[in-house]
Amino acid sequence: MLEVTDLACLRGDRMLFADVSLTVASGELVRIAGPNGVGKTSLLRLLCGLAVPEHGVVRWKGERIERSRDAFHREVLYLGHAAALNDLLTPHENLRFAAATHGHPTEAARCDAALARIGLEAQRDLPAKVLSQGQRRRVGLARLYLSEDVPLWILDEPFTALDVDAVKDLAAWLDAHCARGGAVVMTTHQDVPFATPLRVFDLAESAC
Amino acid sequence: MLSVFLEVLRRDLLLAWRNRADVLVTLAFFTIVACLFPFGVGSESNQLRAIAPGVLWVAALLATLLSLHRIFAQDHSDGVLEQLLLSPEPAVLWALAKILAHWLTTALPLILAAPALALLFDMEQSATAVLILSLALGTPILSLLGAVGAALTLGLRGGGMLLALLVLPLFVPILIFGAGAVDAHLSGTGAAAHLLLLGGGSLGALALAPWACTAALRIAVE
Repeated sequence: MLEVTDLACLRGDRMLFADVSLTVASGELVRIAGPNGVGKTSLLRLLCGLAVPEHGVVRWKGERIERSRDAFHREVLYLGHAAALNDLLTPHENLRFAAATHGHPTEAARCDAALARIGLEAQRDLPAKVLSQGQRRRVGLARLYLSEDVPLWILDEPFTALDVDAVKDLAAWLDAHCARGGAVVMTTHQDVPFATPLRVFDLAESAC
Repeated sequence: MLSVFLEVLRRDLLLAWRNRADVLVTLAFFTIVACLFPFGVGSESNQLRAIAPGVLWVAALLATLLSLHRIFAQDHSDGVLEQLLLSPEPAVLWALAKILAHWLTTALPLILAAPALALLFDMEQSATAVLILSLALGTPILSLLGAVGAALTLGLRGGGMLLALLVLPLFVPILIFGAGAVDAHLSGTGAAAHLLLLGGGSLGALALAPWACTAALRIAVE
């Protein structure tokens, strides 16, 4: 589904990595590995089209992503470092807004179900500024429970700040997504027990 | 498609309501700046009447400038902007919604407060009406052009100062035609030409600024 050829990334005037080629097929779970600062986040941002590569092409279903941006963005979900929450809005409002702007207008009940699924039932109507780091993370991740029909998930450190049970639950949900025929590309420094065979792509080998 | 526009507009208005102190500060700034002039130039009513349109326009312009960084800064720092740029809907739509929300929460209160301040300067009623009309037609340009400037300076160190340097020169024509409309009305030539130019400028900015804005935002998140 996702094809990356000869990707190079320039940060300032330093080449972070070059000649990165990677194919992600449906049902695959890919972990981008490498030490801090090697450019994992930069790679994920290139993959979802938030940044423009110095060299190389990213193709989605055979089409260059910058040529068919809107169609591609309909089929990709990116969760970055920042949880994309506004402090003055409640988790429910934040989640509904995120879903609606991504072309999935969602009824309130479904958002509630997703929040309950991720363990934030009680915090539904609190402003996001009073939530803990882990709870903020969960609000962002709740979008995964509304996005079953989005094939490609690109997740930047989804497991940070989560407790053990939540990590297990999320890993199971990612497995389920791969079993449905979706694909997941992510970075993490944690050892997470996945049922799906995990493919590790070591970015350090392409570092400049 | 329209749902994204409405959704972003609704959210920004809700945020403005939850953060209403910001809106009030802008309004208070406008009032205070306008009130300073009579202290500076003296209370001779003919003189006050003559400077009123210019003073109110400059005050409105500065108040708008102060509030411009609010359009995108918060969303940029908490990652919402990235998510909006990844939306499958056209980016100009939500950019326009954000600009409209800015206009509704900053310019509209200023326009509503202007008649009271016009009294302070002893402006004639018909002149006040022309002033309000010129503000209503001209302030959308301030929001639209200002949003482009805010997007261009997003995330830069000292962005606020840079923003002022960037957009204030662009606001000069609006100031000239805005304040000029009242003078033209008082001198008997009629304000129609000035107001039409302001309206035309608004439509032109409406057609171009959202595109420039989204291009600048894409650069800012990169």
